[in-house]
Amino acid sequence: MSKAAARGASGLSAWVDAVKHDKRAAFGAGIIVFFVLLAVFGPLFVGDPTELVGIPMQPPSADHWLGTTGQGQDVLAQLVVGTRTSLLIGFSVGLIVVFVGAIIGVTAGYFGGRVDAVLSLLFNVFLVIPGLPLAIVIAAYLPSGPLTLAFVLVIAGWAWNARVLRAQTLAHRNRDFVAAAEVAGESSWRIVTSEILPNMTSLLVSQVIGGTVYAIGAQVGLEFLGLGDVSATTWGTNLYWAQNDSALLTGAWWTFAPTGLAVALVGFGLTMLNSGFDEITNPRLRLERAWRAFLLGRGHEPGRSTPVVRENEKAVGNA
Amino acid sequence: MRYLLKRLGFYLLAAWVAVTLNFFLPRLMPGDPATALFARFRGMLGPEALDALRETFGLTDAPLIVQYFTYLGHVLKGDLGISVAYFPAPVLEVISGGLVWTIFLAGSALIMSFIIGTLLGVAAAWWRFGKVDTFVPPATALIGAFPYFWLAMVALYIFGFKLGWFPLGHAYSDRVTPGFNAAFIGDVFRHAVMPVGTVVIATLGGWLLTMRNTMVSVLGRDYVNLARAKGLSPRKVALRYAARNALLPSVTGFGMALGFVLGGSLLTEIVFSYPGQGYLLVQAVRSQDYPLMQGIFLVITLAVLGANFIVDLVSLWLDPRIRDSVS
Repeated sequence: MSKAAARGASGLSAWVDAVKHDKRAAFGAGIIVFFVLLAVFGPLFVGDPTELVGIPMQPPSADHWLGTTGQGQDVLAQLVVGTRTSLLIGFSVGLIVVFVGAIIGVTAGYFGGRVDAVLSLLFNVFLVIPGLPLAIVIAAYLPSGPLTLAFVLVIAGWAWNARVLRAQTLAHRNRDFVAAAEVAGESSWRIVTSEILPNMTSLLVSQVIGGTVYAIGAQVGLEFLGLGDVSATTWGTNLYWAQNDSALLTGAWWTFAPTGLAVALVGFGLTMLNSGFDEITNPRLRLERAWRAFLLGRGHEPGRSTPVVRENEKAVGNA
Repeated sequence: MRYLLKRLGFYLLAAWVAVTLNFFLPRLMPGDPATALFARFRGMLGPEALDALRETFGLTDAPLIVQYFTYLGHVLKGDLGISVAYFPAPVLEVISGGLVWTIFLAGSALIMSFIIGTLLGVAAAWWRFGKVDTFVPPATALIGAFPYFWLAMVALYIFGFKLGWFPLGHAYSDRVTPGFNAAFIGDVFRHAVMPVGTVVIATLGGWLLTMRNTMVSVLGRDYVNLARAKGLSPRKVALRYAARNALLPSVTGFGMALGFVLGGSLLTEIVFSYPGQGYLLVQAVRSQDYPLMQGIFLVITLAVLGANFIVDLVSLWLDPRIRDSVS
């Protein structure tokens, strides 16, 4: 037990360590940490976002740093309070789509045969049906609110993860270590959970990040259409009201610009974090960079040769 | 041929799933589906007309299975019911009015984004660690992080509202008569620049990265080295040998991207009041016009399925391995 705990800790610290050493990942992580802190503590420092605090459509000023909306609410307060719901839905949906995708994808890949045929057909159908219109049609029938949003985003978004994880499971399925576990008499459940899934950790993490990016974007889109709870304060409803109050045609850029920037920053931060993880978990990408630096350092023009991994993890060319 | 039949079968199945979903959604709602669905019609219609409408949707007292086949029959005949928002126009008529604009907008954006992004990807892989490779992917990743419709709002604000370079909305202005004449085409083009442009910019990055990554691995192959050793011009090696073979994953991804880009362009339409499906969809959502909403979902799904089939044809032509493996 203590051994497993120790391994878990060193695994986590290895990730943290890796993020610290990769500039892109650290940058991305910085952005995400900032927004998470904003979501948790921000609402304590700003007023009620729905309160009418001033003249509508006022540009940014000392009183209202980001101006006021078409209703006369404080844009900054709306942005900060909106962060909480939007991030919460984003991260939960990101986790759930990977969870659902893993159950279906790994089952299909591991058991193969008829199970695979049926499940593959299922996720391929869901992949080919356009997601946003599907989400809209379902959401329109349900009571509007964060739960509905999360539900339709999962319905429209799980299939991609299932497909990728099925392919990855297939790749692991025929490896020797799985065969060894089978011969040793391990149950299918154990093989999947302790042999196959741990080997896909990096993929799962990057899928959760990708799923979160998807969820935040799609959620903002649905709310912009008016399918969220329009009386709640989220990033999407902020944009919905900006559009509804004709912010554009009155020149009130401050009512829509900050929210879009926040959405993009979170998405960009997550993407950076993800591409940093790519290099952490794919030694080849990392070595390529090191190998190039090594060659340049010696005054050589880097060619297209692929570096190979040596035991001491130093980059050595294959030339 | 067998491959194509298999794909066709798959698309038919997907279409059936979409239709079936459409049938069950209103019936899964809590309460009496018919009442909820037609609550909006109250006051507009007499009881006989309501009964006739229920008949159209198969929302009768008949057993579910009978209702289901009635519904399937209506859909096959193209009868998607009556729109609430545009009462009493049939849903199909309302949709077909905007379909051309949606296909034009999403289609041209998708194709342009594919071509530009893929070419940039080729350049990034060929001059690896060069200027294109260093600066363009992060820039497109940043732009791609913005919601399409938000980029559209910003573009509309800057280029439409502040600078006045492009019209503020709609597909063409009232001054021109629709038809095949230079004035109309020019006007449509001017109106399309911003909606198409914002979607293209937002989606470039995906194509760029896919192409770049495949191309990088293709460039390490023996046949590329051989082509180089033969002394072929770099242009020929890059385009005819490497890019052509690296194109396949992008083409496969094209089908997948279709639905995604279409979703984004629906939202873009709303920003520009572009008279396509997105604009209709928002009308439908706001007036709780369920028949119209479901009709749009069905038509869009069918369009995407059809486009996917075309993509299959193209990849069959591009990749002899698919042909060989099935014949």
